[in-house]
Amino acid sequence: MSARIGVVTFPGTQDDTDALRAVALVGAEPVSLWHRDADLHGVDAVVLPGGFSYGDYLRCGAIARFSPVMESVIAGAREGLPVLGICNGFQILCESHLLPGAMLRNNGLLFINRDLTLRVGSTSTAWTSDYEVGQEIVIPIKNVDGRFTADQRTLDELEAEGRVVVRYAQNPNGSDRDIAGIANAAGNVVGLMPHPEHAIEELTGPYPGPATDGLAFFTSVLKKLVSA
Amino acid sequence: MSQKNLDTVTKAEQTPDTEQPFAALGVKEDEYAQIREILGRRPTSSELAMYSVMWSEHCSYKSSRVHLRQFGDKAPEVDFLLVGPGENAGVVDAGGDLAVTFKIESHNHPSYVEPYQGAATGVGGIVRDILTMGARPIAVMDPLRFGAADAYDTHRVLPGVVRGIGGYGNSLGLPNIGGEVVFDACYAGNPLVNALAVGVMKKSEIKLAKADGPGNQVVLFGARTGGDGIGGASVLASATFDDGKAVKRPSVQVGDPFMEKVLIECCLEIFAADLVTGIQDLGAAGLSCATTELAAAGTGGMDVQLDLAPLRDSTLVPEEILMSESQERMMAVVTPANIDAFMAICEKWDVIATVIGEVNDSGRLRMTWYGETIVDVDPKTLALQGPVYERPYHRPEWQDALQADTPDSLSRPKTGEELRATVLSMISSPNLADKTWVVEQYDHRVRGNTVLGHGEDAGMIRLDESSNLGIALATDGNGRYTKLDPYHGAQLALVEAYRNVAATGAKPLAVTDCLNFGSPEDPEVMWQFAEACRGLADACQILGTPVTGGNVSFYNQTNAVPIHPTPIVGVLGLIDDVTRRTRSAFTDEGDILLLLGDTKDEFGGSEWAHVTHGHLGGLPPEVDLERERLLAEVLIAGSRDGMLSAAHDLSDGGLIQSVAESAIRGGRGVRLVLPEDVDPFVALFSESAGRAVVAVPRSEELRFTDMCKVRHLPVARVGVVDGTEVEVQGQFTIGLDELTQAWRGTLPALFG
Repeated sequence: MSARIGVVTFPGTQDDTDALRAVALVGAEPVSLWHRDADLHGVDAVVLPGGFSYGDYLRCGAIARFSPVMESVIAGAREGLPVLGICNGFQILCESHLLPGAMLRNNGLLFINRDLTLRVGSTSTAWTSDYEVGQEIVIPIKNVDGRFTADQRTLDELEAEGRVVVRYAQNPNGSDRDIAGIANAAGNVVGLMPHPEHAIEELTGPYPGPATDGLAFFTSVLKKLVSA
Repeated sequence: MSQKNLDTVTKAEQTPDTEQPFAALGVKEDEYAQIREILGRRPTSSELAMYSVMWSEHCSYKSSRVHLRQFGDKAPEVDFLLVGPGENAGVVDAGGDLAVTFKIESHNHPSYVEPYQGAATGVGGIVRDILTMGARPIAVMDPLRFGAADAYDTHRVLPGVVRGIGGYGNSLGLPNIGGEVVFDACYAGNPLVNALAVGVMKKSEIKLAKADGPGNQVVLFGARTGGDGIGGASVLASATFDDGKAVKRPSVQVGDPFMEKVLIECCLEIFAADLVTGIQDLGAAGLSCATTELAAAGTGGMDVQLDLAPLRDSTLVPEEILMSESQERMMAVVTPANIDAFMAICEKWDVIATVIGEVNDSGRLRMTWYGETIVDVDPKTLALQGPVYERPYHRPEWQDALQADTPDSLSRPKTGEELRATVLSMISSPNLADKTWVVEQYDHRVRGNTVLGHGEDAGMIRLDESSNLGIALATDGNGRYTKLDPYHGAQLALVEAYRNVAATGAKPLAVTDCLNFGSPEDPEVMWQFAEACRGLADACQILGTPVTGGNVSFYNQTNAVPIHPTPIVGVLGLIDDVTRRTRSAFTDEGDILLLLGDTKDEFGGSEWAHVTHGHLGGLPPEVDLERERLLAEVLIAGSRDGMLSAAHDLSDGGLIQSVAESAIRGGRGVRLVLPEDVDPFVALFSESAGRAVVAVPRSEELRFTDMCKVRHLPVARVGVVDGTEVEVQGQFTIGLDELTQAWRGTLPALFG
């Protein structure tokens, strides 16, 4: 029996299709979750995909955080449910206080869609065990509010506790300490600004490649769920 | 709501002599007389508002229609066209149960006035056209033209336009997979912001814009109606920008991409449940257009209670509501049996939906405002029977002198050193330089089906993950060529897009066009338009690629100086297996470079004459449609049979530009050995059409060249992929790093 991984659709979500495809590609069962429905339908893990939930009009992720589905996701995450927030999903996790910090407008103030080299900083999370510490991977970013920031103490804590999951090899937007993704202390909740679900197929992934470096986020969680 | 000033049909009958501001609404005197004759009375102010927008150039195509007819009259006979021109967008059979719909449109004037919102709502509008056909929108492209790259105003317009396209398109979750960015002083006061969208649907789910079936409900859904964009279509898009004249420039529409994204998903769920009998989006001319077009194409009659339309601003009067171009609104015709299910889906997506009317067989479109009848018209007189003008046109007197002013006497680089310097100045010129600074602001990955994006000859999208069926799309247009010779210039736009599609391995099938010109009231502009239409229609007939729809944008001129005539042509192609696509990058050391086609001494309208001499004169490159077809066949066969490592079409900047781009993209050097009997300058920079450069593995060279010879396509070995430099043997060498820096540095330096 394979794992069931839920992908939440908020109004304004863009990358739900891509996240569902990634889940299916690694052999898990993709389950669409709806923002108004607090029932997680028995999923074993949740992906909060990219997009502009509720138009991101108040502040990125600020409204989504109060949706019925998030109440269940937050409760689940506190009990160890693996949750991956990508881009807007990361912003929602910060707004939900499942992860520390916040996202500011990029330096340069422009939307950036670029394939970037990331360095893996932690493999002890639910979503990164299939990588190696120090491994360089190529994953695209696409955002305008992607500059991660937090107070110095929080940043020191994240580093000291090995919770910086990935860093930019070349910082595209001024993120504090080149941080591209972080985890909670338990390692079940991970937030990423880059989009691993866009790096899963030779045909459509970063060019000239490597094109499928994003897959291991999904294989990592699947292995954890299947072995559990 | 005060009814005191309401102009009703009864009042119109009683007060035939009331003076009406038809001229301020852009209605000509004889058109006003015609409206009175149609109605048998003076129009109410609401009716006048509707006629003014529906009979505007933008909505009625009154100046262009006589020329656009050729696209139908000369249309090649094909079996894949499911819906032709006249609907919101053309539909092409993609094989199996899939159909593809695509269309290009302009949003030029609003984008000059307010670049961000103008460009944003341009994307929004064309995407709604695609949605209205019943399709899921799957990609967008944006061909753009701006004034000189270093001009002050370009730095206001370009960043705003680019951010607007990104801001709206990215929020819709649509990958932006191609387009163009071209600079020329002629676009300084009239930037061209064209937007193309493509969508996919099941053949059985094609929707048409018609209100059929008496008793069926007319539902307005999506955003509330506001005061934005009133008179946008009729006044703004049909007026020239003149200094010192109090031109009516009403507010540009303001878009809400979040609303549109929700509306798209809501509509697709409604379509999947088969809950509408007809649907129309509200774009130019808003409610006037949607109600009249739906009624005119359907049973023929409709009653509308206009006061039921949800408003953003409660002070709006009926005339304003009818003309408002508020974005993100749709109108559906729904049977009474389906209305509850329809409303439930709208509720799920938090989309406001209101039944505002009902279909009937009266043949009249009647609208009431709190019980009073304010509109009572035959909808066909608005939607179908607008004025048609046979505008006078004649060949400009200066045309001969322009064509006689050939580039032959311009000084050409002769030594290796001079050629090297020319290559660097060309590749770093704004038109030929890397456009990453622009396209990085667009999401090209969302939905996960982008097989080819910016930087390739055409964008390519996978339609079906199991069969790998896909489409390719390219847009092209060259205002300089078209100015020199409108007939052949339009054809050159077509063949370039056709060639670009074929270079990726896809078979070019169908065409959409956006015809950007100056004022149709100028007989010289009208001649350019007539010639361009004739050229395009003739070429489409021979290439077998029908025009499926498009858009005309007139009045792109300032102070009686029109832009270069700029027809932008989009070509859609199909590819059975997207994994067979050909990329443009040279990636494999040792590959042989072959030049396909003939190179002639052709520099009229060329990028070289433009960049190095600021010269525009002579004749554009010759067009050989049979050669283009042959070249396309060879490129497609080469891709299908796995013979090609890379292919890149030759166009602006010639052979060296294409080779340099492919080398930079692949991170590989090349050694070019030019044929001895040709002037190296001509070989490197000529813009002769019907050419491409391909990279083939040594093991495939003979097979590929044999295929070319059998088909009588000229093929010449011109080099090899090798090393870390671009070397033209016996002439010059440029390191890949230096070349890359020259190519990449220009746009960030200008706009970053």
